[in-house]
Amino acid sequence: MTAVIHALNLTKVFGSSTAVDHISFDVRQGEIFGFLGPNGAGKTTTTRMLTGVIPLDAGSATILGHDIRSEPVLAKQGFGVVPETSNAYTDLTAWQNLMLMGELYGLPRARAEQRSSDLLGMVGLLERKDQKVQAYSKGMKQRIILAMALIHEPELLFLDEPTSGLDVQSTQMILSLLRDLNRQGTTIFLTTHNMEEANRLCHRVAIIRGGKMVAIDAPEKLKTAIDRVHRIEVSFDREVPGDALAALGSVIEVSRAGDKWQITTQDKDATIRSLMTFSQQNGAAIVTLNTLAPSLDEAFLRLTQEAKP
Amino acid sequence: MNPAGFPEQVRRAWAIAKKDIRIYYFKGPVLIFGVFMPVFLFLAFFMGSRQLPLSFLISGLVGMTLFFTATAVSPAIFPWEGSAKTLERLASCPITIEAIVFGDMIASLLFGIGITMVTVIIGLALGLSLLHGITLLAAIFLAACCFSAIGMLLAVPPTNVPSNIMMLSSLIKFPLVFISGIFIPLEQMPAWGLVLAVCSPLTYFTDLVRYSFTDTHYFPVLIDTIVLAVFTLVFTVITMYLHKRTMPRRM
Repeated sequence: MTAVIHALNLTKVFGSSTAVDHISFDVRQGEIFGFLGPNGAGKTTTTRMLTGVIPLDAGSATILGHDIRSEPVLAKQGFGVVPETSNAYTDLTAWQNLMLMGELYGLPRARAEQRSSDLLGMVGLLERKDQKVQAYSKGMKQRIILAMALIHEPELLFLDEPTSGLDVQSTQMILSLLRDLNRQGTTIFLTTHNMEEANRLCHRVAIIRGGKMVAIDAPEKLKTAIDRVHRIEVSFDREVPGDALAALGSVIEVSRAGDKWQITTQDKDATIRSLMTFSQQNGAAIVTLNTLAPSLDEAFLRLTQEAKP
Repeated sequence: MNPAGFPEQVRRAWAIAKKDIRIYYFKGPVLIFGVFMPVFLFLAFFMGSRQLPLSFLISGLVGMTLFFTATAVSPAIFPWEGSAKTLERLASCPITIEAIVFGDMIASLLFGIGITMVTVIIGLALGLSLLHGITLLAAIFLAACCFSAIGMLLAVPPTNVPSNIMMLSSLIKFPLVFISGIFIPLEQMPAWGLVLAVCSPLTYFTDLVRYSFTDTHYFPVLIDTIVLAVFTLVFTVITMYLHKRTMPRRM
């Protein structure tokens, strides 16, 4: 799959502190790539380097086939940016902001007007298009900067904490728009603190801590990879002896939790197969069977804790 | 369309200029300042110093109006936009830093020309006769380019606090007015004063305005024009170079 973003040894130093320390990763075409990390981990600095807002101190970044250092205009022409802080011109109306963006991306006037109208309708601001942005709520400001980032139909969209501090309605609208955009082929680079958002939205996530890359994988793989042992919760329609369950292959520990059994195992797959056989042999039907994977929150905390110096 | 090509970047610079005019120049207080400043300059100099003829004063008044208006707002635009984070928005758009600076310069030169025309009209209304209209228009355009480049040069220090820049701007602008033959004719200046005067682009502009209204001048018209053009070019190149270096520190 083609890499839309190719970052190699990306480094940024502020004084004596290395904010981003030789990180490398690829973002594939058509994926939603989550970029996670605690505060001060280097997420925003990385995004700002990739979007050409601040220069790289070392390494290289190729965006849509263009080096951000040597061909910044060509690289920027292909992507849109939604920063964490709304940075629309508050003294301009929503319409004027969109038209300004249209001009900065070289759109013909008629096309810019059509796109502006469509986008304002999409983000639910068409009726307030002639109102100055300073009168908008935080959610509305975030929606207008999303519309501004999409004016030129970018192949790649950078979003830095797009739903931070927003009400449920605006959050759901933005997430739904992101899913739709991705379905239509837009690659999305999403920086977020919200693990649930990343878990539900992203095809792959990268975790950064102290400027270094800690992990990069699909959310489900990341969750399971952090635990060498796995937990399974099972219940039967009749009483079964705990000792019999403990004797099954790969099982490390069995404990009772109400009407269920919690089984700790080294091999989830082998234990589930053994439970099926056990159920048949003992005539005890399985009522519920759940694999208790750690949440992305747990994976994030574990990975970022382990990376602490 | 090549987004990085010169014509496309000029087009985008024009978008920046339109945005500046809409946000920073088309404001009630700015427009009122723009109209009242020339009026009060006339009142202060014409009514307050009757020993100097209006035909002499006009060159200084036009010079000051253009100089102060073309450098009034532009030094603060980058600090304002830096603090409002809109500069970061521009930095992530496909427009070069040179084009952003050029756009800011276009806005400031249009504002400067517009307000200076008010001064010229007041002068004409008070009975002055314009002897070299084309020279005056060319001089105003050239000087507006030069002064708007100076305005952007004043914005180079990478601070996002507009008051810091305005303070620095005043420290540089006012002394420049005093050495440019506005209050004392160049012919009456001591040798050291003349040495300072030739270093100021305002000197050549006021000399051209004087020529336009009175047919008298200190330097040859061609020299005034060439020096003003050289100043414009040098200031424009320097301001673009320096902004390219300091821009990342504003982010």
